[in-house]
Amino acid sequence: MDNNQFLTDWGLSLMVFLPLAGALVMMLIPKADEGAHKLVALVTSLASAAFGLAILLDFDYDRAGELQFVVDRSWIEVISSRYQLGVDGLALPLVALTLLITPLVIIYSFQHLPEPRNPKAFLILILVLHTGMLGSFVAQDLILFFVFFEVVLLPMYFMIGVWGGEERQYASIKFFVYTFFGSALMLVSFVALFFLTGAETFSMTGLAEEVASRNAAGTLALSTQVLVFGGMFIGFGIKVPMFPFHTWLPDAHTQAPTQGSVILAAVLLKLGTYGFIRIALGILPEAAVEWAPWIGLLAVIGIIYGALGCLAQTDMKRLIAFSSVAHMGFVMLGISTLTDFGLNAAVFGSVAHGLITGMLFFVAGSVKERYHTLEIRRLGGLLLKAPRLGWILGFVSMASLGLPGLAGFWGEVPAILAAYNPGAGLPEEVFRVYMVVAAVGTVLAAGYLLWLYQRTSFGTPTEEFADVEIPDVSSYEWVAWLPLLVLILVLGAYPHLLFQVSDPAMTALGDVFAALGK
Amino acid sequence: MLATLLQQGTPFVRPEVDWHAFAPELVLVGAIVAVLLVDLFTPESSRGVVPQVAGIGLLASLVPVLTLAVDGTDRAMFGGAYAVDNFALVLKVLFVLAAYVVVLLSTNYIAEGDYHEGEYYFLVLSSTLGMTLMASARDLISIFIALELLSIPAYMLAGWRKRDPRSNEAGVKYFLMGVFASGIMLYGMSLLYGLSGSTLLAEVGATLAASDAEPILVLGVLFVLIGFAFKVSAVPFHTWAPDTYEGAPTPITAFLAVSSKAAGFVALLQLALIAFPGRDDVVEPFFWVLAALTMTVGNLIALRQTNIVRMLAYSGIAQAGYIMAPLAVMGSNPGGALRSIVTYLLIYAATNLGAFAVVIAVARKTRSAEISSWGGLFEYAPVLTVAMTVFLFSLAGIPPLGGWLGKFVIFRALVQPDLTAAGVALAVVVGVNSVIALYYYANVAREMWMKPVPDGDRTAVRVPFSISAALAMTVVVTLIFGVSNLATRFGDLASFL
Repeated sequence: MDNNQFLTDWGLSLMVFLPLAGALVMMLIPKADEGAHKLVALVTSLASAAFGLAILLDFDYDRAGELQFVVDRSWIEVISSRYQLGVDGLALPLVALTLLITPLVIIYSFQHLPEPRNPKAFLILILVLHTGMLGSFVAQDLILFFVFFEVVLLPMYFMIGVWGGEERQYASIKFFVYTFFGSALMLVSFVALFFLTGAETFSMTGLAEEVASRNAAGTLALSTQVLVFGGMFIGFGIKVPMFPFHTWLPDAHTQAPTQGSVILAAVLLKLGTYGFIRIALGILPEAAVEWAPWIGLLAVIGIIYGALGCLAQTDMKRLIAFSSVAHMGFVMLGISTLTDFGLNAAVFGSVAHGLITGMLFFVAGSVKERYHTLEIRRLGGLLLKAPRLGWILGFVSMASLGLPGLAGFWGEVPAILAAYNPGAGLPEEVFRVYMVVAAVGTVLAAGYLLWLYQRTSFGTPTEEFADVEIPDVSSYEWVAWLPLLVLILVLGAYPHLLFQVSDPAMTALGDVFAALGK
Repeated sequence: MLATLLQQGTPFVRPEVDWHAFAPELVLVGAIVAVLLVDLFTPESSRGVVPQVAGIGLLASLVPVLTLAVDGTDRAMFGGAYAVDNFALVLKVLFVLAAYVVVLLSTNYIAEGDYHEGEYYFLVLSSTLGMTLMASARDLISIFIALELLSIPAYMLAGWRKRDPRSNEAGVKYFLMGVFASGIMLYGMSLLYGLSGSTLLAEVGATLAASDAEPILVLGVLFVLIGFAFKVSAVPFHTWAPDTYEGAPTPITAFLAVSSKAAGFVALLQLALIAFPGRDDVVEPFFWVLAALTMTVGNLIALRQTNIVRMLAYSGIAQAGYIMAPLAVMGSNPGGALRSIVTYLLIYAATNLGAFAVVIAVARKTRSAEISSWGGLFEYAPVLTVAMTVFLFSLAGIPPLGGWLGKFVIFRALVQPDLTAAGVALAVVVGVNSVIALYYYANVAREMWMKPVPDGDRTAVRVPFSISAALAMTVVVTLIFGVSNLATRFGDLASFL
């Protein structure tokens, strides 16, 4: 089945650039006209989502392993970079996740706008972010990918720095410098790859083929590939973030406004895992085999470290931030096994973490707005004060700790299982140790999430808030949250929905590693 | 007596003059005369037309540039001392447009400052004329003439605010350093002429490549390069720049930081690639050290600046380091070095002119160039803030703003030929410096977006039309350069190799 011609030619580009066009329109609307800004932001994000939906419907799921809706036009010829877009079973779930999260964040902003308000600037930043995120997931040229990857930086920097909490300036510059450092190394790796392979192209598939043929001919030293992989490893590792590059994350998450935290957790971190799978593993499989045990090691350290970090937190938002470190550890563990099973788990884990942790940050934001604090010991009795909010927090906490039947489960358990039998001749004993450690991590996760839930929601409200009226979930919040809650449930009950999309692409990649292992 | 002497010499033959090739400069000369006449014959109250005459004159000089570009043939005059090729044309456009933006920025600044308007624009145009000549100069003498023609008006312009001691200091410092540099350069040129017996760059190049007159040759080459290292404010020859930039009228600071610096690079490119291509053993190490020093020292000192103009001065020094970096590998990749430098110059010009435009606009309200006076700018001047943010992060090299592409082509030129150790090492230095630089650029952004307004005065900044026009042009060009192949196309076009 062929894709619709119009969608092939224009679908992806329109989907990516409509939010940017919306941002340009908003620049021309006077600041005082808040209603118009909200409307334009929502409409453009929905229009972008509509194109996404059309692509989702027209996508040929039987060929999910290969790129579809491919656009290939000339861009900056001098540096051999082309405007190449496309989606496959790996990108599609993440694109869908992004298209879902951004409109919800915009709807949430209708009611909850952090100080110093200014909806015009805030919504413009969200739309620019949206373009950057979507572009990163569909770009098939390394330089184009790099540009989109960086487009995300500035809006997030300003979002944290202007609308964030007390320590916002420190957190925003830390986020910025960390990520920029990572992307500088990543860019060096890209350029090195370009010259070393002599492929005269930055196309991801083109480079992958070139590296494969050079590997077959033995004209590209493995040690060089390992170095190039190292540059990408740091670039994407900072974004994920992997231990020990995670230190920007708790600050950024804690200080960012709710919307910023949601987008960071739900989508930005996925740029890292996506980059690992698509670019690092996809182009340099042989180097990946060398790095995999170390990635696995850092992943399980991240799982345990993140969990212990959570247990030590006194601030609800900071706790959720550390839980991200732990959860992304599971995703990276899945990737490090280099099996189709583990990679599928990683994709599922990425999406599930996006839904669940995004939702947790939404709840945290709403709690903060009601209580003006997120200090866990000052909260309590949420179920009495605002029962619906309390139940939602409970539901999402359960999903986050990996309760079977909810989405979180299908990211974690397959990743752990995949570590039992890693691919490509990786050391089995080592990965089995990782498996055990990761399994302990799930227990810790249950521990800190249940403890969080118990301290914030059970019991009676603290004296401080005993007589304070705490409004329950508002209608805007329902609209923004319901899709996430439903998806957490649906994906938990019927994970095949997502696995069937990612599996062909991940099987193809897994086969590459299986061939290497022989 | 005289008659016999004349008979002994070869009879004077009038050189062929290709008037078409000279047309852009002739139009500029016409504009210069027009500015003087208009100033002379208009009453004091309607001097406002002077900048318009200057602006129209500049734009008019682009017409013959375009016809020459359409014509497309490379022209050479005076035995090759003056060439009009694509390289010259691209850079003439750059110089003329940059001067046009400077005129736009000056319009209100000079009129409201009660300075001598007619003379001011006369000098700006004269200096621009020198730059357009520089783009065509392929001879030691024509390079020297172009250099002096562009520099001497600039010395006077730097001291234009004559009632301000800092402006006097700016002018004197710039003048003394500039003359000193000219002296060194002339000495170097005399050595080169002594060695080769010719002032034509191509002939000098042919002689030097075959020569083994080691100490004299090395001295000659280095002295000439050092002379221009002053012009582009490379460390350790940069000491005049921050003080001059701070004291000069801000539009002139923009002019010095962009046009004058670009002219210096144009001369360096022609010298290095036409006159010294055979001596990369001398030129490459010189530029390697100079580039690494310039970017590192410029960035480290920029980190500590509290005055935005001084910060931009040091950032400009650092940028000069990036720009000259490809010359450190020019032996193995001359074409790549040339193309990447021209590309970078185009992007740098648009971005830096824009940054100065914002500085001028904001100073109209705050009357200060301290970075702390920019606090909370976003609250009362969102458009200026966004524009400045674009310029700052373009300078920092964050995609999709123009600067990243410049950095990228520099990177590419450094590692391209065969991954030489020197090239890769310098690329790493560039990379590390980019991260350092991000910090101080982001710091200004932080001041504008995240800090409170220092004195609580939130009245809007009144931006005159000419500055708005300059801002619109520079923002659009900065953005387009970042997401299209335009800058690299021009860079590709502008090759004399």
